[in-house]
Amino acid sequence: MAVNPDLVGRSYPRTVAVEATAERVAAFARAVKASDESRVPPTFAIVVQQASLDLLLTDPTTGIVLERVVHGEQRFAYQRDIVVGDVLTGELTITGVRALGPAAMVTAETVIRDAADTTVATATSVLVVGSGDE
Amino acid sequence: MNEYAVGDILASRVVTFTRADLLAYAGASGDGNLIHQDESVAKSVGLPGVIAHGMLTMGAAVQPVVDWIAAAVPGARIAEYGVRFTRPVIVDGDGGAEVTIEAKLAAVDEAARTARVDLTVSAAGQTVLGKAQVFVADLPTEAA
Repeated sequence: MAVNPDLVGRSYPRTVAVEATAERVAAFARAVKASDESRVPPTFAIVVQQASLDLLLTDPTTGIVLERVVHGEQRFAYQRDIVVGDVLTGELTITGVRALGPAAMVTAETVIRDAADTTVATATSVLVVGSGDE
Repeated sequence: MNEYAVGDILASRVVTFTRADLLAYAGASGDGNLIHQDESVAKSVGLPGVIAHGMLTMGAAVQPVVDWIAAAVPGARIAEYGVRFTRPVIVDGDGGAEVTIEAKLAAVDEAARTARVDLTVSAAGQTVLGKAQVFVADLPTEAA
């Protein structure tokens, strides 16, 4: 099954809250080889986007099969730094589906908000999704 | 930013990813895809071996810029960061993978107090990220 072209514009419900606890931030910082474990690494935002992508990748109506997904591009735009103590949710919208030979490039944009409902960052993933026919 | 010129190398670093590092990143990020842990799973999907999470490479690659901001332009912040994943980083079970990161000042807008830093990230002699760019905002006025 090919990727459903009608996905563009589809949004998913907000994720459960992800809390940037000191322990969680330190573990992530160590994992990306940061020199300061108390500072939230810029790419920590992916933890929130991953939660939103899980909603997309388990949706049976998209035509996207997880085993055929390759991460093509990733971007983050930050309104402010994420800090320890932030409680974040992600809301994902599909902003693009483009054919790439037999595969498709799916662009997923996740708006990341804090507990006050203020946008902290927007994370954009471009997924290259194989059709299984190539 | 007077002390810096476009083209300057702001930071460079060599990091090693071992299989244990991939396991640690999987735990910290929630990405438990087995192509980053299990040789047979990686090979079953056509990869030459276990590969690093692209997001691990992206995450480690920006850290020299984070450190440079803290040391050289405190108060500035990263406003945007983007990469293309162009080649996988293959992580050997014994030696791991050595990843080389170089951050170069690519553009400065004194009036807007912004700068663009381009990252060159390579493993096994080949670049693994494309168009890896960090946009820095809120540069200190005395420095900008």
